[in-house]
Amino acid sequence: MSEILKVENLTKQYKSHSGLLTVLDAVNFAIEKGSTFSIVGPSGSGKTTLLGLCAGLDRATSGSVILNDIVLDNLSEDDRAYVRNQYVGFIFQNFQLIPTLTALENVMVPLELRGEKNIKKRSLDLLDKVGLADRDDHYPTQLSGGEQQRVSIARAFSNSPQILFADEPTGNLDEETGQKVENLIFNLNKELGTTLVMVTHDLELAAKTQRIVRIKGGKLVSDQLTESGIASNAIKLKQG
Amino acid sequence: MEPQPNTNLSWIIRMAWRDSRKNRSRLLLFTSSIILGIAALVAINSFSNNLKNDIDDQAKSLIGADLSVRGRLPMSDSVHAFFDTLALFKANEVRFASMAYFPVSDGTRLIQIKGLEGDFPFYGEFETVPQSAARDFRNGRKALVDNTLLIQFGADVGDSVKIGKLNFLIAGRLEKAPGEIGLNATIAPTVYIPGKYLEETGLIKKGSRINYTYYYKFESEERTEEVVEKGKKFLKTESLRYETVEGRKENVGEAFSDLTQFLNLVGFVALLLGCVGVASAVHIYIKEKIGTVAVLRCLGVKGTGAFLIYLFQISAMGLFGSIVGAILGSGIQVILPKVLQDFLPLEVSYSISWIAIAEGIFSGFIVSILFALLPLLTVRKISPLRTLRAFFEEDSSSKDLLKWLAFLAIAIFIFGFAYLQIREIKEAFFFTGFIALCFLILTGIGRLIMWLVKKYFPASWSYVWRQGIANLYRPNNQTLILIVSIGLGTALISTLFFTQSLLLDKVELSASENQPNMVLFDIQTPQKDEVEKLVEEFDMPLIQKVPVVNIGVQEINGVTKFENEQDTTSEIDTWVYNREYRVTYRDTLIDSETLEKGNWVGEIESFNDSIFISIDEGFARRMHVKLGDEILFNVQGTPVKTYVSSFRKIDWNRVQTNFLIVFPKGVLEEAPQFHVVVTRVKSDEQSAKFQQALVKSFPNVSSIDLALILKTLDDVLGKVSFVIRFMALFSIVTGILVLIGSVIISKYQRIQESVLLRTLGANRKQVLKINALEYFFLGSLASLSGIILALVGSWALAYFNFDSPFVPDPVPSLIVLAIITGLTVIIGMLNTRGILGKPPLEILRSEV
Repeated sequence: MSEILKVENLTKQYKSHSGLLTVLDAVNFAIEKGSTFSIVGPSGSGKTTLLGLCAGLDRATSGSVILNDIVLDNLSEDDRAYVRNQYVGFIFQNFQLIPTLTALENVMVPLELRGEKNIKKRSLDLLDKVGLADRDDHYPTQLSGGEQQRVSIARAFSNSPQILFADEPTGNLDEETGQKVENLIFNLNKELGTTLVMVTHDLELAAKTQRIVRIKGGKLVSDQLTESGIASNAIKLKQG
Repeated sequence: MEPQPNTNLSWIIRMAWRDSRKNRSRLLLFTSSIILGIAALVAINSFSNNLKNDIDDQAKSLIGADLSVRGRLPMSDSVHAFFDTLALFKANEVRFASMAYFPVSDGTRLIQIKGLEGDFPFYGEFETVPQSAARDFRNGRKALVDNTLLIQFGADVGDSVKIGKLNFLIAGRLEKAPGEIGLNATIAPTVYIPGKYLEETGLIKKGSRINYTYYYKFESEERTEEVVEKGKKFLKTESLRYETVEGRKENVGEAFSDLTQFLNLVGFVALLLGCVGVASAVHIYIKEKIGTVAVLRCLGVKGTGAFLIYLFQISAMGLFGSIVGAILGSGIQVILPKVLQDFLPLEVSYSISWIAIAEGIFSGFIVSILFALLPLLTVRKISPLRTLRAFFEEDSSSKDLLKWLAFLAIAIFIFGFAYLQIREIKEAFFFTGFIALCFLILTGIGRLIMWLVKKYFPASWSYVWRQGIANLYRPNNQTLILIVSIGLGTALISTLFFTQSLLLDKVELSASENQPNMVLFDIQTPQKDEVEKLVEEFDMPLIQKVPVVNIGVQEINGVTKFENEQDTTSEIDTWVYNREYRVTYRDTLIDSETLEKGNWVGEIESFNDSIFISIDEGFARRMHVKLGDEILFNVQGTPVKTYVSSFRKIDWNRVQTNFLIVFPKGVLEEAPQFHVVVTRVKSDEQSAKFQQALVKSFPNVSSIDLALILKTLDDVLGKVSFVIRFMALFSIVTGILVLIGSVIISKYQRIQESVLLRTLGANRKQVLKINALEYFFLGSLASLSGIILALVGSWALAYFNFDSPFVPDPVPSLIVLAIITGLTVIIGMLNTRGILGKPPLEILRSEV
């Protein structure tokens, strides 16, 4: 199976009053298409920085990020925006819906950006899948946290991304709502064959992905297959 | 790379529309500044355009004839004959100043007498009550008397007025004469009498200052031009000046170009304040949009795409504001002719000026975009990483070339617009520089305040005070933007206040105690002793007794007027030769004079001595005359050769007879002359009685009552300051709108933390106090900065323009400071009340 994301010697440093601060230090890994992947680690370990670099939201100090065979390193911000629109979906801890747009309009934006047709029906279908078809004309402030996250999931899948980046997707939700959101993400991911890259504190949630990398002090300290990852590999070998 | 995502124009417009839905009330706030700025501009430009059209339409009635010729002496018979034979109709007017006596109230006043012969005006008409009086007064010993005079002396049509030795029946109340402006009536009220009675009044005597004007009507404009062309040489040799309808049109146009330029600048300043409002409102609006932009960037929108969404929103609101402003301005222009009626020689009609409307809409649209550009350009640089990290540091915006280009575009716009209004490159440049300087100084003050507050933070003060003060420099502070916007508005308003009091102070200086307050002039030599005796009989002091001789310049250093005109290198202007000089002779300097240069020569010993004269130093500079220069004067036909021996500095603020040129004793004693007596009356009653006695015994002698002059000056200044204040009102209201807009918008900056403080247990009073303190500091510091700027500006005006010391009056400064600070706090408090009245959660959910 081919790789959708490859990270080589990825390093990120910031200038601070006390000199150079290394947030990520020569991180290497690769993710296969259609797989699920977690990045875990304590606060300040560099997880979110790594996610931002992988998704093309920021530039690395050195090293390389290759997303769907496109080297992001030297792309301009506008070219990276294009890559995100074509191949990437996002789910954020604080939902990040556009407050002035309705639920339906929020879902439609990525499709509109691609200039696609019949987007209203497709977006309504997606809202239906996340159980919010009857709330399409509501603004984010009129929705609960769980509902907002479900809209953001519908938006993340609206452009049929090849890879979905999720930053603590259940971090702001209660357990029950969190569970529903988790199921939604994994089901849609499976259904649409999307690669999932997730940053989380929640080890139980991470265990549901096929592979977990652990970051500490900006360094990759472990890279393990989970039970579902081992099972999935075994199936692949059999099919081999 | 593959093609870019589709962020075409239709999507951008759709997004701009969607995004604006929940923000329109906020967008309207910045639109309101544009509305008012454009309203001012359109009103003023419409008025200017209508005035120009009306001048064209009513040009003939401005002069009342096709040609007017005027001079200090009557026309010679040959010139008379030349014009009389060519004209269809003719009329003449003899004008001079004299005292008028109203028996009905026993009152006297110095007025302007106009003796009229012929059917003037040929175009237009005197506006009189009754209207028939405009023609009837010529048929007997009747007078048309200025309305203000009748009001002052309680006289009416049917009463009489005594002019010189004759009594005239008041035939009509004069409201307006062709081409005269309303203000003339305040300065020099006029009485028209039939010219045939002039001799009988006994007022026309040798040495009297009389103006003769001749009016002609010709067959056509071409004929007029032909006559003028042929008659020029006669006019020149007899020192007669002429004016045609075309000339008057140009003169009036020029005179009003100053007024309209002033008004245009006022409108422009109102618009600029609106621009500050736009910039500050958009700045805060965009700050709130950072999150949305970051999400859009995550979803694949290019920097330019995000920028265009908000540019489109702002442009649409700018266009909307400009259209509303243009409609409002077209309505407001109805008021302007009423405000300016005392300064206008004609009726200004009301009509919609489409040019002014188009200019207004275009300007409003452009300034909305230009001034929104600075904050808008930052949208391009918002990183998508902000979705993950709230306090991600952006690249330094100072490196953004487009931002500098936007600054340049703004500077070019201000310069270009100022040039279009003033039509003077140098002045437009100074104006732009002044605005830039104001911005820079205010920005500097804003930054300094933030630095000082941070550096010397009162750490030991109570929490509420610390929080209120810390808001001045913490992230999302309003300090810079409010200091600049409120400061600029305050600076403008305060400058108007200070300059006005500067002018009034100058006038009041003359009215102080123990100064002369009455001047008697046109006293003939045989009357001199008797008039002095009358003054003493009334127990009034003879403060000054001054002989006055009218003379002209014939040669300067041997160069005649003709030779001077031929010499292209000569610095001496022709007016030096043309004007009439009223000079005196005495042997000492008086207390309003100081010797600046040279030697004062008070007397000549023998008739053959050289004659040394003294000249006012400023006047000598304008004449381009140096010490030792030789000037040949024409003393009523007799050439008198003199040498400039000294320059004096004269304090013109004193009520004294001051003279530009003073001769020594022993030269002019025998020349035809009149005399001036300066005295002081103790009361209005004494003044009235003395003037009545003077008019009865010496009808040709005129008196000026200083109290009346001061009242007149006060009236004139009152009218001028009313116009200035009215026009400043535009700026003030725009400034207040900017203030309201800035403060209301700033609510959204503080809302989260106010709610958080409430959630953490802060009571209503504490939150109110924190906000009140912040707004108090912002309001007071901003208005103080503006006042400081205005003080510097007014000092510069006083020093460079009025040439007088500037002593700032603390009262207006304190009033402005209190009002602006109070307004800021009140508006800020009204905002906060809305937040405090509701549960925190409801606000957090509803305020997007």
